[in-house]
Amino acid sequence: MSDEFKIEIVNPEKSFLSKEDVNEVVVPAFEGEMGILKDHISIISFLKPGIITIQAKSGEEKYYVEDGIIEFKNNTLSILTSYILNLKDIEKNKLLELLKNAEEESNKPEISDQLKYLADQKVETLKSIN
Amino acid sequence: MASLDDLKKRITSVKSTQKITKAMKMVAAAKLKRAQDSAEKGRPYSEKMNNIILNLSSGISDKETAPKLLSGSGKEQVYLCVVLTSDRGLCGGFNANIIKKAKSFFGKLNKEGKELKIITVGSKGNDQLKRVYGNKIIENISFKNSKNANYFDAEKVGKIIIEKFQKEEFDICTIFYNQFKNVITQIPQAQQIIPLNTKSDDQNNSEDNYEFEPDEDEILSNLLPKNISTQIFKAMLENSASEQGARMSAMDNATRNAGEMVDKLTIEYNRSRQAAITKELIEIISGAESL
Repeated sequence: MSDEFKIEIVNPEKSFLSKEDVNEVVVPAFEGEMGILKDHISIISFLKPGIITIQAKSGEEKYYVEDGIIEFKNNTLSILTSYILNLKDIEKNKLLELLKNAEEESNKPEISDQLKYLADQKVETLKSIN
Repeated sequence: MASLDDLKKRITSVKSTQKITKAMKMVAAAKLKRAQDSAEKGRPYSEKMNNIILNLSSGISDKETAPKLLSGSGKEQVYLCVVLTSDRGLCGGFNANIIKKAKSFFGKLNKEGKELKIITVGSKGNDQLKRVYGNKIIENISFKNSKNANYFDAEKVGKIIIEKFQKEEFDICTIFYNQFKNVITQIPQAQQIIPLNTKSDDQNNSEDNYEFEPDEDEILSNLLPKNISTQIFKAMLENSASEQGARMSAMDNATRNAGEMVDKLTIEYNRSRQAAITKELIEIISGAESL
């Protein structure tokens, strides 16, 4: 028996990624990072800004996401996200721009606690990429 | 009868109109392909989103504590109608069909004594509605500057709607758009997005026991606003495909009509040219005879 399962990442514009040979996926779930292996229990959760790491037979891939919902069912992991970038293709300028926006957002005075937390997460993640 | 010169001018002007409509048809055909592509690619997202919400809402035991976006505000008095139209004209009955559908819905609400509020997305719809329903339009949004339908625009509209819902400015929200069936047929749709209609066909997926992290309520309250943006985005994608389809067939018709007109005018032109020649001949002959 192989330990592989299927992953699908969709964003509103298109189906972003689909892979059948995934061994492990680490997602930045809202209450902490979560690793998913084959035969995980069916789960629905949502994401905070962070890095998705996909360990597949064909190699490791990393993606930056800003938000999203994940659903794992029958060994298929679906990730719905509105903003996703492959770390490999990300450009330095783009990264700095995102970082600037996130910092501005987190420094707004009237922001709610939850939004502040999310913005801080964004800043932290972007800094770690840098 | 019009003089030869006039006819000639008319023929050239119809011909140049024909060129324009033909070009517009080609442009619409090219854009249609792209719009159709993105409408198809966008489908999995909204379908998946819908599935997850269905699963979640069936898991919610207590309807009382369910988020208001799902269960509604408990009243049915104030209706918010979001009418999605295009920013450009010359696309046949595309905008008119949406407006017609919306107006018949407004009429029904009026009869039932409900209160009506309108948000128009796209300038064409605003132009047509403001004459009769001008005082009901509370917001007019236009995305003239964005080339294609994109998610961020949809999110903006979604945020406005949710904000108004949280301020309890309305109870029920319906969106109007054209669903793309094929190039010739677009079906105007009215879709209720708040409260969400979860009574779609009962799939027997009750055996799935999901684990939720954090709990259902929190996920739902996070998911539902996103779902509204997603639904609006879907409507925008369908709309843009429909718009290009409608424009393409409208411009195709216009090109054909212009062709017919050119044929008719050419016959008239030739006839009057011949008449003029005959007249001149008669004058010459009768002049020669009188010598």
